[in-house]
Amino acid sequence: MICGDESAAAHADDGCGGWSEEMAARGVVAGGAGLRPPSEATTVRVRNDELMLTDGPFAETKEQIGGFVLIDCADLDEAIEIAAKHPAAGYGTIEIRPVLDGVPGAV
Amino acid sequence: MTFEDIYRQEWGQVVATLIRLTGDWELAEECAQEAFAAALQRWPTHGVPDRPGAWLTTTARNRAVDWLRREAVGAQKLREVAAMSDESEPPYDVPDDRLRLMFTCCHPALAMEARVALTLRTLAGLSTAEIARAFLVPETTMSKRLTRAKQKIQHAGIPYRVPPAHLLPERTPAVLAVLYLLFNEGYSDVVRSNLSGEAIRLARLLVQLMPDEPEPAGLLALMLLHDARRDTRLTPDGVLVTLEDQDRTRWDHAQITEGVDLLDAALRRGAPGPYQVQAAIAACHATARTAADTDWPQIAALYTQLPQTPVVALNRTVAIGMADGPAVGLRLLDDLADGPLAGYHLLPATRADFLRRLGRWSEALTAYQEALTLATTESERRYLDNRLREVSVRA
Repeated sequence: MICGDESAAAHADDGCGGWSEEMAARGVVAGGAGLRPPSEATTVRVRNDELMLTDGPFAETKEQIGGFVLIDCADLDEAIEIAAKHPAAGYGTIEIRPVLDGVPGAV
Repeated sequence: MTFEDIYRQEWGQVVATLIRLTGDWELAEECAQEAFAAALQRWPTHGVPDRPGAWLTTTARNRAVDWLRREAVGAQKLREVAAMSDESEPPYDVPDDRLRLMFTCCHPALAMEARVALTLRTLAGLSTAEIARAFLVPETTMSKRLTRAKQKIQHAGIPYRVPPAHLLPERTPAVLAVLYLLFNEGYSDVVRSNLSGEAIRLARLLVQLMPDEPEPAGLLALMLLHDARRDTRLTPDGVLVTLEDQDRTRWDHAQITEGVDLLDAALRRGAPGPYQVQAAIAACHATARTAADTDWPQIAALYTQLPQTPVVALNRTVAIGMADGPAVGLRLLDDLADGPLAGYHLLPATRADFLRRLGRWSEALTAYQEALTLATTESERRYLDNRLREVSVRA
């Protein structure tokens, strides 16, 4: 998950340098997408059968998720190496989370 | 060798091998535990096998096979685990399964406290309760910490390996920190002295693996220099003997020479780090012919090169007090009294020592009493008690 604060928006059209090409060549990218800004987010909760909608992201934090990439790689070390190479690591934060079915090292 | 000795010596290798075979940390630990339990039942009547480590590993391996069979896991994994022979050697590029285990336990994606706890549990075989005591947290907290760490290793895919060469420089400091802690665990407790031996053994392996890194060598030198004084630190009936009163002829001078040589070679690389500096301090003590010959100004100067933690500040104060006189030391101690060291027994113990050197007997008595209530080991309590009686006669 690629996170950044408001200043990260300035990088929205940067592209990923050679990152996408390298990762495609390595065959580790299994999916992903960039996200529109949190100002366009809608939060959904159901409590006691009641639908509650909120304008905005689920948590008002300085850093927000701006996109995600699903990576299928050997282990956490490779996931770290891939994440560190992503340009967003230079201005935002990349959080690596394993996916639930136990495929290791998914970003 | 007592059963306890064998346990301390073999536990890490048994667990490390079982993790390699099964990939399951919890299972590896459980099987190792069962193997030691089986040994405790069998050995008293059948005798200790020639190679207790191999017996334990085989027994643990068999438990793992049984368990995997019960759980009907894939035939492939079962064959892999079952195929391991007693004589199997680790792969050529991995000198020791324990080193692999150590690097994995010390992975930077784990919190520092988790790394230390995990190493002490899986590698050194300390119980969760012992580790909890060492870190002053409830046992349930420590147990959760260990479980979380093992789950992260498993689910996040932290690789079970010695990192490739290009990652070693950034992965090594965490390993050093854990090794040093392990060494101290053994050094401060006679019962666990083989932990120090284990730490030295692993540090030697690290030095061998990373001959171009001076800090592992610095750490090994530091350990050797401390360890050379091991036998003189306690009286035969277990009372602490301070550096000043230790019988220097009984220090292990061959080991001191080895430590000093290692340190000199490391320092020549021109990249001093905290372990090399601490080793240099230890070398000042170890190479002084008598306590009076100790180069205290040099030691005080070396302490300024270390990250200024509260304990380093206290040690520096001791060195200054020894160099410039106990009255100076006493004044500097006042600055530390209300800081994070409050409640640390060496603070009143140091104060008591300065006061005793100044002949201020009744104040020394009070400080020794305070230190006595805070001291954590029996040997320290008995030392402080002896001092207390000495000064109470004069007070």
